[in-house]
Amino acid sequence: MIPASFEYLRASTVEEALSLLEKHGDDAKLLAGGHSLLPAMKLRLATPSYLIDIGRIDSLKSIEEVNGTITIGAMVTHRQLESADAITSQVPDLARAAAGIGDPQVRNLGTLGGSVAHADPASDYPAVLLSADATIVIQGRGGQRSIASEDFFIDLFMTELEEGELITAVQIPALPPATGATYLKFPHPASRFAVVGCAARVSLHDGSCADVRVAFNGISGAAFRDAGVESALTGQAPSEAAIEFAAGKAAIGAEPMGDAFASAEYRGHLAKVFARRALREAIDAAGVPT
Amino acid sequence: MVKVIGESVKRVEDRRFITGRARYTDDIKLPRMTYASIVRSPHAHARINGIDVAEASAAPGVVAVFKGEDLHQESVISVPCGWQVDFKNGDQMLEPPHPVLASGKVRHVGDAVAVVVAESAAQAKDAAELVEVDYEVLEFVVDSLEAVADGAPLVHDDVPDNIPFDWELGDQEKTDAAMAAADHVVTLEYRNQRLIPNAIEPRSAIGDYDVASEHYTLYTSSQNPHVIRLLMCAFVLNLPEHKVRIVSPDVGGGFGSKIPHYIEEALVTWCAGQLGRPVKWTAERSESFTTDVHGRDHVTKAELGLDNDGNFVGLRVKTYANMGAYLSTFSSCIPTYLHGTLMQGLYTTPAIHVDVTAVFTNTTPTDAYRGAGRPEATYLLERLVDQAALKLGYDPVELRKKNFIPPFDGVNQPGYETQVAMTYDSGDYEPVLNRALEMLDYEAVRKEQAAARTQGRLLGIGFSTYVEACGIAPSAVVGALGARAGLFESAVVRVQPTGKVTVLVGSHSHGQGHETTFSQLVADRLGVPMDDVDIVHGDTDLVPFGMGTYGSRSLAVGGSAIVKSLDKVIEKGTTIAAHLMEAAAEDLEFAEGKWTVKGTDRSITFGDVALTAYVPHNYPEGLEPGLDFTSFYDPVNFTFPFGAHIAVVEVDADTGKVTLKRFVACDDVGNVVNPMIVDGQVHGGLAQGIGQALLEGALYDDNAQLISASYMDYAMPRADDFPEFEIDRCVTPCPHNPLGVKGAGETGTIGSTPAIVNAVLDALWHLGVRDMEMPLTPESVWRAINAAASI
Amino acid sequence: MPFSVRLTVNGTDYEHEVEHRQLLTEYLREVLGLTGTHVGCDTSGCGACTVLLDGKAVKSCTVLTAQADGGNVTTIEGLANGNELHPLQEAFNVEHGLQCGFCTPGMIMAGLELLDRNPNPSNEEIRHALEGNLCRCTGYENIVRSIKYAAAKS
Repeated sequence: MIPASFEYLRASTVEEALSLLEKHGDDAKLLAGGHSLLPAMKLRLATPSYLIDIGRIDSLKSIEEVNGTITIGAMVTHRQLESADAITSQVPDLARAAAGIGDPQVRNLGTLGGSVAHADPASDYPAVLLSADATIVIQGRGGQRSIASEDFFIDLFMTELEEGELITAVQIPALPPATGATYLKFPHPASRFAVVGCAARVSLHDGSCADVRVAFNGISGAAFRDAGVESALTGQAPSEAAIEFAAGKAAIGAEPMGDAFASAEYRGHLAKVFARRALREAIDAAGVPT
Repeated sequence: MVKVIGESVKRVEDRRFITGRARYTDDIKLPRMTYASIVRSPHAHARINGIDVAEASAAPGVVAVFKGEDLHQESVISVPCGWQVDFKNGDQMLEPPHPVLASGKVRHVGDAVAVVVAESAAQAKDAAELVEVDYEVLEFVVDSLEAVADGAPLVHDDVPDNIPFDWELGDQEKTDAAMAAADHVVTLEYRNQRLIPNAIEPRSAIGDYDVASEHYTLYTSSQNPHVIRLLMCAFVLNLPEHKVRIVSPDVGGGFGSKIPHYIEEALVTWCAGQLGRPVKWTAERSESFTTDVHGRDHVTKAELGLDNDGNFVGLRVKTYANMGAYLSTFSSCIPTYLHGTLMQGLYTTPAIHVDVTAVFTNTTPTDAYRGAGRPEATYLLERLVDQAALKLGYDPVELRKKNFIPPFDGVNQPGYETQVAMTYDSGDYEPVLNRALEMLDYEAVRKEQAAARTQGRLLGIGFSTYVEACGIAPSAVVGALGARAGLFESAVVRVQPTGKVTVLVGSHSHGQGHETTFSQLVADRLGVPMDDVDIVHGDTDLVPFGMGTYGSRSLAVGGSAIVKSLDKVIEKGTTIAAHLMEAAAEDLEFAEGKWTVKGTDRSITFGDVALTAYVPHNYPEGLEPGLDFTSFYDPVNFTFPFGAHIAVVEVDADTGKVTLKRFVACDDVGNVVNPMIVDGQVHGGLAQGIGQALLEGALYDDNAQLISASYMDYAMPRADDFPEFEIDRCVTPCPHNPLGVKGAGETGTIGSTPAIVNAVLDALWHLGVRDMEMPLTPESVWRAINAAASI
Repeated sequence: MPFSVRLTVNGTDYEHEVEHRQLLTEYLREVLGLTGTHVGCDTSGCGACTVLLDGKAVKSCTVLTAQADGGNVTTIEGLANGNELHPLQEAFNVEHGLQCGFCTPGMIMAGLELLDRNPNPSNEEIRHALEGNLCRCTGYENIVRSIKYAAAKS
C-alpha cells in the first residue's frame, strides 16, 4: 500500500519534463494519471527513484480539430474523451473505448497518453487507434516525431517510445462520411480490462463495404490490424453471411495469450464473436448519418 | 403506543457511518503508537534455514524486529483450534501447532515469518523488505485429492497422509442397502470451489500495554472479542484474562472471516508487552488475500437414490475438505457438524450417510465463510435434486414437493428427527416454494423459455429449496460434539435511574444493525422510546461475556438473552410498583411503559419505578436496590430457517456468458423484528451466493502462488452484475426461543448458489450439457456447450 | 526534503510538509485525522477511498498528496451542513443503503458525482456508475435505491 520512497518532480512544460527525463534517465518515470503506475508502486512492483508529474502541462490537455484531423493532447482524460463533442461525433469508437475503461473514478484521472505509453495489452485504446489510423506524436530532446499507431505498439508494455521521449498527442482523422465506427470489448470480470477488444470501421459505398478496418487488443502482446477480416469483407454487400464469413477470419495467425480467465483458444474464439458484433454495429452506424 | 416489533425502523447506528464518524480499528491512533509490518513467506512450503534481521533492525525508525524464536523463548508458540473432531476410529484429532511466527518451516504463501515494528507504517514496510530469510524450498501440495494420494508431500511431518481427522455421520449400512436397492442413482462429482471472503475492511489489530497497571488492550476487527480474549489469554500468550481487554469497535464486515483468532492479534499484543508501546498492524489487501481464512474448498462425490415413483430413498456423500495449512479456530466443525448434519435438507430421505476427510495442504487455512458448511450441503442436495429431475424427466418443483417433509410446528407436532443427528424445530416447506413460484409466474416463464429456445436463445430456470441450522448453538449439544466452548449468549439490561436503558450484549454487530434491532426489543418490552435505549457491544471490559456474532445467532441467541433480562426487569419493577401503589403484584399489569392496577386507572410509570429502584427510600422490604440484570441464554436447540430460491438466467451461446435475469427468493426465518434489516441481510447473502456460482474462486498456480490475489484478478460481484432481487417471506415461528426467531444472516448465501447453477444447466440441458464446475465463467460454459455439441 | 502542499479540504485551507510518496488517503486520514475515507485495497479497485478532488470523484489511494497540491477536496466529513444531512446521506439511512458502513463513504462520494452529472439516473445507469465501488454487505440493491431516493429528493 505504501510505495517505496521517491522524489516527486513536477514539470510545467514539455521542455521541463524532457530535461528532467534526461537528467534522471532510467531512474525516472513519467506520472500522468497514475492509474497504472501508482498501483504498481504500491505493490512495489515498480520502484522508480523519481516521478516526473506531467499532469499539469496545459499544452497537453486540449482537443483540437484542424482540417479534418483531431489532435488530442496526451493528458486528456478518459472522461473527457468519453464526453467531448469532438470525440463522440468525429471519433465515436474512441469515445466508446474511453467510456469502458476501468470505472468512473479511474476515467476521471487516467489519460490517453498514459494509457498509450503504458501499452498494456488488455488496454482499450490501441485497437481503436489502429483502426482509426491514428498517429502518435512524440517529443524528445531532439525534436518531434510522429509514428503511425500501427508501428507504435510492439509487444506487451513495449512501444516505439524511446528513452527520454514523451507522447504529446494523438492525431486521428475525423470519421469519413458514410462510415461507422465502434469498439466492443469482453471485459475481465474483475479488472474490467479487455479480454478481447475489437475496433471496427466500415464505410459503405454503393451498397458495399469499403475501407474496412478491424483491429484487436487483448488477444496478443500488442494490438493488431486484422487483414484477414478486412479483405474478406471489403467489396462485399453488408449481409449477415458476409459479416459472418469475414468475422470467421479473425485472429487467424495471431498467437493469442492464455490466462486463468481465458485460454488462448477461447480468446481466439472471442475474436471472431466480437469481430462479427463490431462489424455489424459499424455497418449499422455507417448507414445512419451522424 | 407505537408498534416497534415487525417494523422497518430506520437504523439508529447509521449516522456515524454516513457522516464519516465511525471508528474502525485502523482509525484508532494511540499516543506513542508504533506500526508493524509482517514478513511473510513467498513460498508455499519451505524450510527456514536462517533469518537475518541485522539490516532491518538498523533501518530508519525501526523499534524492534522479532522472529519465531524470540516468541518461542517466551513460550508463545501457536494459536489453537476451537473444536475437537476425533477420527472415526476414536483417535484424537491431529492438531499440529499453528505458529504465531513460523520457525522451522513455512507452510503456505503468506505464512508469517518475522515482524518489524517501526515509528511509521512506511518505515516498517521499508524495513520489512530488508529482512533476509534463507528458504529451502520444499515439495508442496495444493489440491486435497493430491494431498491424500500416496507419496504426497507432508504439510506437517507428524500428520500422516495429511489427514488431521476424518468423520462420518448417519447409518452407512442402511444407506448402502438403500442405494443398492434404488431404481435410479443420480451421481455428482464436483468441487465446491475455494472462496475468499473479502470483507471490505481489511483486518487490523492494535496491541497496547499499560506498564503501571499491567493491563493489556487489544483493539481488533473481530466478530467475537470475548472468544479472542479467552483463546489468546488461555492458549497463546498465557496472560491473566482479567487484565486483558479486547475491543472490537466498528468492524467493516466479517462474513466469518473475522471469527478466527488470528496470529496477528497475539503478535501485536505480545509486541506491545515487550515494547511498552502500542503496536498497530493493518492488513494490506494483498495480505488479506493470502492470510484471511478462505472458505469452502470441498471435493465431493454425492449420490441420490430414487425409486421409480420419484421418492428419495438414500443419500451417500463423500467429501474431502481442504483445511489449508493449519486448523483455524472453527475450521474443523465446518465440513462436519455444520455440513454433514444438514444432509436431510427438507426431504424425507430415509437413509443418509456422510463421510468427510479433512486434508492439510500448502494453502491459506480455511474456516467459516458466510453459511459455513451449510452452503456446501445445500449445493450438494439441490444440485442432486435438479439433476434427478432433469435426468428422470420430473418437473423440479413436483419432485421437491413429492419429497418434502410434511409441515410440523414443533408445538402441536414434534420436531422432525433427521437421519443426521438434528431435530428440526419447525418447518412448513410448500408455502415458501409456492410463494416463490407465484412471484416468478412459473408457467409464464416456462413458456417464455420455450419461445426463446425457438429463437436460439438459451433461457434457464433453476431451483433451490433449503433448510439450514442457525442460532448457534446449544452448548450441551455442541459440547458433546467436541466444541471447546459453549455457545450461549449474555445480555445485561441496565436501567438507569432516569429510566434510560443501557443494554450490554455479547454479540457483535459488524453490519447487522444490532443497535436498531435490539433497541426495538427493549422499546417493545419496556415501552420506552427507542431513543432512550443504548446498545453496547464489542468491549470485554463492559460486556460480561459473549460468544460473538456468526451463524445467524445474534437475535435468536443474543436477543433471547436480552428478553430474559428484560423479563427480570419487569418482574422486579412489578414488585416495586406494587409496593408504591400498595397493591398486590398479581393485581398489576405492565404495558406501554406503565404498571396499572387491573380494572382501575391507577398506574405508575416505568420511569418512576426506575428512579425508586435507585432512590429506595420507600421500598419493598428486603429487596435489593437497583434495576440491572444479567442473563445468559443457552438455546435448547438450533433454529432451522428454510426457503425457496429461483433463478432465471440467459446464456450467451457465443461467449458462454451467463446473465442473471431474475432472482426470486422466499425465505422463512421465523418471526421478524425489522423487515428492512432482514431484507438487507438477504440481499447481501444473495450477492455472495450468486458470486460463488458465477464469478468468484481462489486460484493457485503450479507454484502454489495464489494468482487471484487482488481485485484485479478475484472477481468480486459488482452492482451491475445483478438484477433487482425479488424477495418475500413466510413465517413459521421458532418454537423454542422467546422471540420465535430463526436467523436471517446466511439464508441468501446458502440458498442461492445451486439455483444459479441449476438454471444454467436447465438452459443447456437440451444441448447435452450435464454438469459444470463453479464458477460458471464464460469460457467454462462455452466449453461445456462445445463439448456437448461434439458428442 | 519533504514536499510542501496547500490543499483545501472541506472548505478549510491547509498547508503541510509531506513525504513525496504520501498518498492523498494517508494525508486525509493520518495528517488531518479525517478517517471517514477508508482504504480497502491496494490496486485501486474497491473505491472505499473515493473523495471529490476539484469536483471529480477520484480514488484517493491513487493520487499523491503532492499531485493534489492546490486542489479542493471534499470528503464524507464535508457533506453534511452541521446537523443537517446531505440528501445522499439521508438517502442511505432511509433506504438502508449500508450495513457495515465501510464502503459507504466511497459509495456516497461516487453517488454524489453521478448525480452531479446525471441528476435523474436509471437503475442501470446507477449500477454502471458504481462499477468502481465494491460492497460486500448489501448486494448493492439498497445502494441503488438510496441513490434513486436522493435523485428524487434533489
